Amino acid sequence: MTKQAKSKLHKTSAFDVINTSLVVLITLIVAYPLYFCIIASFSDPTQVSMGRTLLWVKDFTLEAYKYVFQEERLWVGYRNTIIYTVLGTLYNLILTIPAAYVLTKKYMPFQNILSWYYFITMYIGGGMIPDYLLRKELGLLNNPLVLIIGTGVSCYNLIVTRQYFASSIHPDIYEAAYIDGASEFKCFTSIAMPLAKPIIAVMTLYYGVDHWNSYYNALIYIRKEKYYPLQLVLRNILISNQNTSVDLNTDISVIEYLLQKQHMAQAMKYSIIFIASAPLLIIYPFIQKYFAKGVMIGSVKG
Amino acid sequence: MSNQSISINKNQVTRFLKRLYRCRMLYLMILPSIITVFIFHYIPLYGVQIAFKDFRSSLGIWGSEWVGLKHFKTFFNYPYFGRVIWNTLWISLCSLLTFPLPVIFSLMLNEMRNEKLKKVCQMITYAPHFVSTVVVCSMIILFTNREGLINIILGFFGVEAIDFMGLSSAFAPIYSISGLWSGLGWSTIIYMATLSGVSQELIEAAKIDGATRMQVIWYVNLPHIKGTVITMFILNMGSLLSVGFEKTFLLQNSLNQDASSVIATYVYEIGLLNQQFSYSTAIGLFNSIVNIIMIVAANTISKKLAHTGLW
Repeated sequence: MTKQAKSKLHKTSAFDVINTSLVVLITLIVAYPLYFCIIASFSDPTQVSMGRTLLWVKDFTLEAYKYVFQEERLWVGYRNTIIYTVLGTLYNLILTIPAAYVLTKKYMPFQNILSWYYFITMYIGGGMIPDYLLRKELGLLNNPLVLIIGTGVSCYNLIVTRQYFASSIHPDIYEAAYIDGASEFKCFTSIAMPLAKPIIAVMTLYYGVDHWNSYYNALIYIRKEKYYPLQLVLRNILISNQNTSVDLNTDISVIEYLLQKQHMAQAMKYSIIFIASAPLLIIYPFIQKYFAKGVMIGSVKG
Repeated sequence: MSNQSISINKNQVTRFLKRLYRCRMLYLMILPSIITVFIFHYIPLYGVQIAFKDFRSSLGIWGSEWVGLKHFKTFFNYPYFGRVIWNTLWISLCSLLTFPLPVIFSLMLNEMRNEKLKKVCQMITYAPHFVSTVVVCSMIILFTNREGLINIILGFFGVEAIDFMGLSSAFAPIYSISGLWSGLGWSTIIYMATLSGVSQELIEAAKIDGATRMQVIWYVNLPHIKGTVITMFILNMGSLLSVGFEKTFLLQNSLNQDASSVIATYVYEIGLLNQQFSYSTAIGLFNSIVNIIMIVAANTISKKLAHTGLW
C-alpha cells in the first residue's frame, strides 16, 4: 500500500461520518420492532399500552409467559413443526443434492432437457385448486405427510446447488477417478459429497427455514388441529384472535377485569412472538454467513 | 452409398446407447426427484383443464363437461373484477416504489470503512428475512391498532389514534413498508456481491483524477451494478400481478376488504371456501398467463433499452 492510500484510510471525512451514522440509524430502525416485542413481553401490559416501554422494560413481569406456557396447542404446534422440519428437510436434501450433481454432467444424454424439465416448474404450475385436487386423490388431505413430502424439490435451490457443483469442483477430478475404475455413484459419494459440505449446509438451512416458517400448505390441506404446525397455531392465536385461556382470579369490577384481560391477551401476543421467533433468531448469528453464501452462489450467472 | 449411411447411423446409435448405458447410475440418482417433480408439479397441470369444464367430483377431471370460456367470462363480468385487478396492481406498485432503497443501502454499506461495524449492520438487517410471515403480520396488527406502537409514537406529535388496519387506504402502504422491512437487508446481499467485483484500480484512477466519493459512487459503482439492478427489476415487474397470498390473506379483515381483496385471495375464497373449483382454476390460469406475458414483456423491453435480460 502506498503512503498516500494509507493516509487516506486514516482520514475520516464528513462523508464517512454522515454515511456511517445513516447506516447505523437504518440498522437501529430495522432492529427496533423485534426489540420492542421482546421488552413489551417482559413488561406490565398496562405500561406497554401507555407507551412507557419504548426503550426499556417497565415493571418487569413474567405473567404473560406464565399464561403462554399453559397454552397447550402452542406446544403441540411446536412439536409438530420440529418433526415436519427435520423430516421434510431430510427428504428435500435426498432429492435435491444428487439431482443437482447429475445435472452438471454435460456428457449425459438429455441433460439439457432435464434441466428445462425442472426450470419450467419455476414459472408454470397448476394453481391452488389443481394442487388441492391432486393431494385429495393421493389421500394427502388431513394427512401430516403432506407437510413433509408435499414440497419435493425447490427449483431455485436445485439451480443454486448445481451452480455450486459446477463451479467449485473441477471435472478433471472425476476423470482421474473414472480411469481408476470408480463408478459414477462412487464418484458422487466419495468425491463430490465431501467437497460439497458448504452447499449442503446452505441447503439444509434454506429448506429448514422454509419448513419452519410455512403455514400455507397446512392452511389448505390440514383440518385436524392435532396436526397443525406452529405457524398455523400462531395465526389462530395472534391474528384470528381465537380465545386464549386467560383466567384472572381477581375480585375486581367487571370492566376492569375485561380491560385487564384484553391487556393480558396483548402481552401474551408479544411473548408468543418472542417464543416463536427465538429459535431462529438465536441460531441465526451463527449461520447467517451460510445464508449469504447461498445467495451469492445463486447469483453467479452460468 | 445407402448401405454406408445406414452403417454410420447404426454406429451412431450404438455409440449413443453406450453413452446412455455409461450414465445409467446418473439416471438412477436423478430418478426420485424426477418422479417427485412429475407428481407434484406436472400432474396438477393436467388438472388445469377444469378451467374449461364444469368440474364435478363424481365425474372426475376427465369426465366433467366442457364449457369453453364460460368461467373466464364470469370472471370478466364479475362486478368487482376491476377492483380486484386494481388492488393487485396497486399493492405491487407500492412495493415496487421501495425497489431503489436496497440499492442505495448497499451503496452506503459498501462505503463503510469500519469493517466490523459493517458486518454487524449487515447481520442485523438480514434478520427480518427469517421472521415468518405469520409473525410479521401479527406484529403489524399489534403495532397498528389504537393502542399500538405506531399510535403511541404518533401521539407524541399530537396525532389522534388511528386504527390503521381498518383503513382501506393504508393497506397497500402497510404491505409495502413491512415488505421493505423484511427484505431491505436481504436484498442488499446480491448487490454487495456484485459491488465486491468493482475494480479497485478504476476507483484509484478516478480518485487521482480528482473524483469525489459521490462521483466515484455515481460513475463507477453504480454503472457496475446496473446489470444486476435491471435483472432484479425485471423479476419484480414480472410478478406485478402476483401479490403473495400469504401476507394479504393474513392482513385482510372485513374493514379493509375494499383494498385487500386481490386475485390470490379471491381464488382462495371462490375455490376452497365456496368450492367452485372450475371458476377458481380459471381465475388462477388467467393470472398465470398475464404473469408470463408481463415477464416476457419486461425482459424484451430491458433487452432493447439496456441490452441485458434474464435470457
